[in-house]
Amino acid sequence: MKEQLKIDFNKIQEVSNFSNRDIEIKKSYLNKFIKNGFPNRKHENWKFLDINQIISNNISDLSFYNDYSIENKIDSSIFIDDLEHNKIIFINGRIEKIDFSYEDKKQIEIIEDSYTIDKSENNNSLIDLNIALSNKHFKILIKKDYSLKKPLIIYHLTNEKMKSKNINLRLDFELEQNSSLKLIDFFSDDSEKNFMNIFYNFNLDSDAILKNYKIDKSLNKNLKYSFNNINQKQNSISETFVFSAGSDYFKNEINCNLKGEYSSAFINGIFSLDDNKQHEIRTTINHLVENTKSYQLIKSVLGKNTKSAYQGRIYVDSKAQKTDGYQLSKAILLDETSEFNAKPELEIYADDVKCSHGSASGSLDDNSIFYLMSRGLNYKQAKGLLINGFLLDVIEKITDAEIKDLLKKMIGLKK
Amino acid sequence: MDTREKDIENLKDYKYGFTTDIENIKAPKGLNENVIKFISNIKKEPKWMLDFRLKAFERFKLLKEPDWQKPKYPKIDYQDLYYYSAPKSMKDKPKSLDELDPKLLETYNKLGIPLQEQARLNGIAVDAVFDSVSVATTFKGELTKHGIIFCSMSEAIQKHPDLVKKYLGTVIPTTDHFFATLNSAVFTDGSFVYIPEGVKCPMELSTYFRINASETGQFERTLIIADKGSYVSYLEGCTAPMRDENQLHAANVELIALDDAEIKYSTVQNWYPGDENGKGGIYNFVTKRGLCKGKNSKISWTQVETGSAITWKYPSCILKGDNSIGEFYSIAITNNHQKADTGTKMIHLGKNTKSKIISKGISAGFSDMTYRGLVDINSKAKNSSNYTQCDSLLMGNKCGAHTVPYIKNKNFDSNVAHEATTSKISEEQLHYCQQRGLNPEEAVGLIVNGFCKEVLQQLPMEFAVEAQKLVGISLEGSVG
Repeated sequence: MKEQLKIDFNKIQEVSNFSNRDIEIKKSYLNKFIKNGFPNRKHENWKFLDINQIISNNISDLSFYNDYSIENKIDSSIFIDDLEHNKIIFINGRIEKIDFSYEDKKQIEIIEDSYTIDKSENNNSLIDLNIALSNKHFKILIKKDYSLKKPLIIYHLTNEKMKSKNINLRLDFELEQNSSLKLIDFFSDDSEKNFMNIFYNFNLDSDAILKNYKIDKSLNKNLKYSFNNINQKQNSISETFVFSAGSDYFKNEINCNLKGEYSSAFINGIFSLDDNKQHEIRTTINHLVENTKSYQLIKSVLGKNTKSAYQGRIYVDSKAQKTDGYQLSKAILLDETSEFNAKPELEIYADDVKCSHGSASGSLDDNSIFYLMSRGLNYKQAKGLLINGFLLDVIEKITDAEIKDLLKKMIGLKK
Repeated sequence: MDTREKDIENLKDYKYGFTTDIENIKAPKGLNENVIKFISNIKKEPKWMLDFRLKAFERFKLLKEPDWQKPKYPKIDYQDLYYYSAPKSMKDKPKSLDELDPKLLETYNKLGIPLQEQARLNGIAVDAVFDSVSVATTFKGELTKHGIIFCSMSEAIQKHPDLVKKYLGTVIPTTDHFFATLNSAVFTDGSFVYIPEGVKCPMELSTYFRINASETGQFERTLIIADKGSYVSYLEGCTAPMRDENQLHAANVELIALDDAEIKYSTVQNWYPGDENGKGGIYNFVTKRGLCKGKNSKISWTQVETGSAITWKYPSCILKGDNSIGEFYSIAITNNHQKADTGTKMIHLGKNTKSKIISKGISAGFSDMTYRGLVDINSKAKNSSNYTQCDSLLMGNKCGAHTVPYIKNKNFDSNVAHEATTSKISEEQLHYCQQRGLNPEEAVGLIVNGFCKEVLQQLPMEFAVEAQKLVGISLEGSVG
């Protein structure tokens, strides 16, 4: 793999026009990645699902070079019709279209190739890989007091041309004071056996609001990793929702730094898995100042041969008095081959805090099934009703009514 | 202030901090095959025991010291320790208490553990372990009547080799982790208990561990076997003198419960915690593991952890037999610069197995406390259930409280529930108590005791009173 990486890295440098400085930075990250390789179960964060093993089991001859010179045809049938929206379209990792037609152009700035590499130490070799190999890189800036009129949907599409490839994407979002953005990540794949590595960085200035919905619904055999880093200033709010179902492997990492007072972070997630799927959500909420709040709710429904993992970490700094942190994870195991793992972690250094977590897993409640069947439903209907009710709880947490409806329709909770 | 007054002043905080001035026999300093042979030789062990030790030592050489734990400590130089230290008078084992060195008797009297049977309040049989050897075991006659074997490990190796051979190392094999393997190689003494089929042990059994010599590691090994349908309740207490150095205590405890048997294991751990600046104190790195081997068996761990500079242990249950039950009740209190990383592992292998974990952590001062636990439900453990509750209480913003539970559920018939909270003592509760005439310290004591009640009530009577007092003492000076 090392040789392949070096060859592909050089190829990428040849066709792109990076500055010398960027190439140096990228090279150093590449070397770091080559040294550490893909993370494996020896790393605490990868204990439950070992990406190194999963990649080597699923993808043979992984290659890292993607030819971005040819434009891909956009299949508009894939677009979400029920909702007017702005678009960013990625096909096979190539950015095909940026369309903010519903918005005031003066209020949104799209900056190309602005490198803002975090100097902060990261121990995540997938981020190293991302920085080393990501191609074009955009920063979207939303100006002060501007709220996007319509949601932005980022389409992550792939077609059959792609095979055994690694794609690295990076987007930065800068939300200035009192601005707001609703962002939907929509995944749809016609390819198989690729590894996608997506890195978003959000900076929320005071009073800014970010709502990010990630929808991985269409069934596919790709492996995906997504990392959201969210920095929040005073009074800002972030809401992240993950619907994790379609890909063979999907790990969502969300890292929230609550740096301003009265900022809050909400993370809700659903795993709805069947047939050999392995998904994970890992969250880290860093409460760094007083009066911050976080809330997390993760629910899993697990079918045959599936595995889901939730690792949630709440860190409370000794300065962060009056923190309110909450985590809850629940799982229904439907088959004897399904597996649920959880590691809800609290790390607390301040005394005037309210932090709690809960986790429960088990099978469907026999009494509830009996109750429904005694009222005329058959077993399948009763089971379906209970599962829908279980998941609806999470959907109801979505604060945007339009998007909530969209999701309910997608999942089949509403016609 | 003359020295005596100074001594008294010092002892106010940790009343077990005195040393016993006694002549010792020590193994040469360091860790090597010769030291292991020395230990084995001085204990007149049979060859199979020495082989067991050497096998463990071979394995130990390949192992690396783990470093994933939360409390970090300066590197221990394993070559700079004494692995065996025993009072000289113990060389020819005294046959009765009358022959025992009066200094030792006095030590135990001072600790509140009189070894003379008539002096005991109620029938609790005690095995007293001093540094590396067991000095006395009480109530042997009474126990023998019931066929119960309660003696020191060294004696068991001599007198009951079949039992020791059959069970030693079956729960904690010689191929286990770093400290457990070290213990397998160099363990010195400890208690051995065998309860025969169908016998309910008529009295509480207890071991009292005392570290006295300096620069010495204590490596005791305890093995408790409850045969079919039997019951035993076992208590363990520990203290050590106050020293500026850190001393290592790496014990292995193995419990085996056969069909329908029940073992209740209670610990009140009060090793010297170091002074208020974090100097000195015991490193308590203990491996405790119970195996519910038979059907309907039950193992219950109760621990009150107030001492030690660093506590690092996870008393665990392997629920192998169908319908077996594992329980873990824990109170861990850290103050000043103490650190604790403790919790439990519940490994569900058999059908209909149940486990319950109640953990209460209190941290004050500059201390750091971590609950780390694993609940693992195997795919064959049909219809199993676990309930975990771990609550932490923080006093002040210089300390930390952490909860790191691992939950693995591979069985769709099984239920796992986990709850955890972290908070401080509420102002309302304090106000309520003070309004009724308690001073702040008493109020905190009352609330903390209430917080710990679920665990304290699991302890045998005599211990519970002691533990309750200990909880109060440990938190002294942390209020305000």
